[in-house]
Amino acid sequence: MEPLIIAGQPFSSRLLVGTGKYRDFEQTRLAVEASGAEIVTVAIRRTNIGQNAGEPSLLDALPPSRYTYLPNTAGCYTAEDAIRTLRLARELLDGHSLVKLEVLGDPHTLYPNVAETLKAADVLIRDGFQVMVYTSDDPIAARAFEAMGCVAVMPLASLIGSGMGILNPWNLQIIINELKVPVIVDAGVGTASDAAIAMELGCAGVLMNTAIAGARDPVLMASAMKHAVIAGREAFLAGRMAKKIYTAAPSSPTSGLIGS
Amino acid sequence: MINVIVNGQPHQFPQGTSISQLVTTLALTGKRIAVECNGEIVPRSQHESTLLREGDQLEIVVAVGGG
Repeated sequence: MEPLIIAGQPFSSRLLVGTGKYRDFEQTRLAVEASGAEIVTVAIRRTNIGQNAGEPSLLDALPPSRYTYLPNTAGCYTAEDAIRTLRLARELLDGHSLVKLEVLGDPHTLYPNVAETLKAADVLIRDGFQVMVYTSDDPIAARAFEAMGCVAVMPLASLIGSGMGILNPWNLQIIINELKVPVIVDAGVGTASDAAIAMELGCAGVLMNTAIAGARDPVLMASAMKHAVIAGREAFLAGRMAKKIYTAAPSSPTSGLIGS
Repeated sequence: MINVIVNGQPHQFPQGTSISQLVTTLALTGKRIAVECNGEIVPRSQHESTLLREGDQLEIVVAVGGG
């Protein structure tokens, strides 16, 4: 299959995964491996002062040499906090400039604050970042992010961590039709069929965390998501048959029936 | 001694302490970290030459699991 290209860089997997909410780093590692993802999101947080220096870190479980890290701004409610966080991430990851920008509106819904996100994206892009932006499924906002130079636009399917699936496929369809940069569904996927539907709509990829980490068997669900994304992509490329309410076109021959 | 804030907590260090020395003192040596001082990134290459000043607000971060 043709690769997913983000900011000129090819990826063979169209599934991007988060690394939060796992039992431990070993489960994180196994789930990410089973997902086949090449891009993994990470959060940037204060280090625990006085922590054991020999304590394992996420970077040991998922070596940055093998995975493309996508530092996020989860938990940021202002453009300023998001910008500071990503500048720290760039320093932390040796100048790595591909980032996931999200600026949230409130802690109950985690719905994106598009106005603040636009402000942050503008500053970050002018500062040399390659911004993959988490946003609402508003086609006008999506177009604005593309116009300002975001390398991928990532509308929600439904609220972060809700597992409610794709609530507005029509908006996603408009966004996919109108944008040239990759459109990646980020947030809201609950199970494999949701990921397949996103890909069948023509999304370039799907980003998820809780759908895998929150499953009873995260490693098995990671594998399910890998297959769902591939299946959905292939179905999109194959071009589905037209829907008909009913039809007099059976799949088996109409002649040669016995007793005729 | 000078007073600085590290990750929201007050700390005291001798006059002339560098960011490198602070990292060592806080047992963060060898960890993949990034340092911000008063809202500005302090690049790793400047940790040794950057001295703490009274009232500095430092943030020291790591990468953790997240979506």
